[in-house]
Amino acid sequence: MSAWRKVLALHLAVLLALLVLQFVLPPYHHTNVARIMVLAAYAIGYNVLLGYTGLMSLGHAMFFAAGMYGAGLPVYYFGMGAPAAFACGLAAGVGLALLFGLMALRTVGPSFLIVSMMFGQALFLVTLYFNEITLGDQGFILSEKLRPLELAGTQLGFHEPAVKYNLALAIFTGCLLAALALRLSALGRVLIGIRENEERTRLLGYDSFRYKLLALGVSGALSAAAGAGYALLFSYVGSTFASILFSIYPLLWTLLGGVGTVLGPLVGTALMFYLVDTVSGVTSSYLLFVGAALVALVLWFPLGILGTVRSRWLPWLP
Amino acid sequence: MSFGPHLFLALLEGTVTAFVLALTALGLSLVFGVMRIVNVAHGEFYMLGAVLAWACAHAVGTPVAGFIVAMLVAPLAVGAFALVADRWILRRVNYHPESTIVATIGLLYVLQQAVLMLYGPDARPVAPPLYFKIQFPWFGYSGYKLVVAAASALLLAATWLLITRTRLGLYMRATQQDLEMAQAFGVPARRVYALVFALGAMLAAAAGVLIVPIEQAHYLMGLDPLLMSFIVVIIGGLGSLRGTLVAAFAVGLSDGVVSVFFSPTLAKIVATLLVAAVLVVRPGGLFGEERA
Repeated sequence: MSAWRKVLALHLAVLLALLVLQFVLPPYHHTNVARIMVLAAYAIGYNVLLGYTGLMSLGHAMFFAAGMYGAGLPVYYFGMGAPAAFACGLAAGVGLALLFGLMALRTVGPSFLIVSMMFGQALFLVTLYFNEITLGDQGFILSEKLRPLELAGTQLGFHEPAVKYNLALAIFTGCLLAALALRLSALGRVLIGIRENEERTRLLGYDSFRYKLLALGVSGALSAAAGAGYALLFSYVGSTFASILFSIYPLLWTLLGGVGTVLGPLVGTALMFYLVDTVSGVTSSYLLFVGAALVALVLWFPLGILGTVRSRWLPWLP
Repeated sequence: MSFGPHLFLALLEGTVTAFVLALTALGLSLVFGVMRIVNVAHGEFYMLGAVLAWACAHAVGTPVAGFIVAMLVAPLAVGAFALVADRWILRRVNYHPESTIVATIGLLYVLQQAVLMLYGPDARPVAPPLYFKIQFPWFGYSGYKLVVAAASALLLAATWLLITRTRLGLYMRATQQDLEMAQAFGVPARRVYALVFALGAMLAAAAGVLIVPIEQAHYLMGLDPLLMSFIVVIIGGLGSLRGTLVAAFAVGLSDGVVSVFFSPTLAKIVATLLVAAVLVVRPGGLFGEERA
């Protein structure tokens, strides 16, 4: 079997496994896995920037939040339908990513990172400052306002677990396949070239600024899709999702799963979700555990799970 | 109160903020300048300084004695912790920029949560060592705040002398300009790195000790000074100490004015927009070295 077909078979098998999983899981884990899939879509978006392009962002929550508020506010205030709201969230995320990129990508070296953290925090403060509209920390619930989805004459309510799960799977599938296609395309190779050696890539005639902006746009789009999906499926929008912690999480998930691997974000998100779930059952300072995990990953496990698997056993793993 | 005195109050507040901010940001800027790493846990060193100041005030009877003890103990303790962090974490990842950032983010949460567990979630006040009011024609102003500004200025001057007049300062500047060449001339770069990291942490801790009678000690108080310091070093230019000082005043004064006339939250948003404006005009910051 050629490497390309192996890759395709592996990813389709993972998606199929997630599809089947919903019929086996008990209700508690059923919701958890739906959440994990949406959050993994966010981590995939993050990985497009960190893993493929080599740009570390500490403010990615702004794109997740842009998707979340972009989708949530029109539903809450104007009773917009779910598909249109999702599109609004996506547009908000992409718009913000491009605007942010035009400014932040002008910087050199580690400034990008600091600037991303700063703008992420600025958006968080904006959600608090305009609390008459966003309801700030308290947030707002969408379930009352959100009309059920109509598909071929049947009404699909967002409160039904099966609808939640399959829409989460749809969002995850979209993001995963987009990331895989990007990774395997010529465009993806240019991005990896920038990650490995930007100077040399520029020398080959690629305008690295435009490619980085594009990567940021794609990353923002995937993150915003996850944010919009999270708002619609789990029916809550609040400024917690714009806080710094929510920018650190995708970094942690991606590092754990394996930076620059297509499936790494899913593995990292799922593992961390259950680890944090377990730890927060024992102690309320589960963030101590998050911090320790970050330090430990850097010191002893820099490649992450799938990165290690790739370097030891499966060199064809994208 | 009419506009004039109001503005005067705002500028006064802004000046105090600016001095403390300069002290905090200088530590961050120094660490970046010499070691080429971004220390995301910098704000937690500030928080540790404040919490240790509370502990000292509690252990020692009078506010004055407590303040003096805290001014000695807190920076030393935090500096010692920074040395350990440098030895066990930063050196082991070879000061790789991105690994260092991830590790210091981890450190941020570890410190924050450790303080939460040991010290608790409450904001605790510390009595100022000196209490006097300066009476202006329009309002009275806390004299301690001016003491804070003066003490910060003193520490800034001391750091400046350290960098320009001592052997360690010479080593630091040599390491910043060219690491390999400095090593070739016998500069003990590892020791310089460790000391600079500790010095940066000590400056932040001293700022925390100074601020705590005004702000109260709380385990989450490190985030704001971290972000404000980030804003300052980006506007001033990463690694430029002169830029850091100039930007600290620009940001501190604008923060004071916007906070007094509008709201502190808006002041932070405005400061971020200020960064955006600077980036559009001068991507490397006002005094930044243009390097790839």
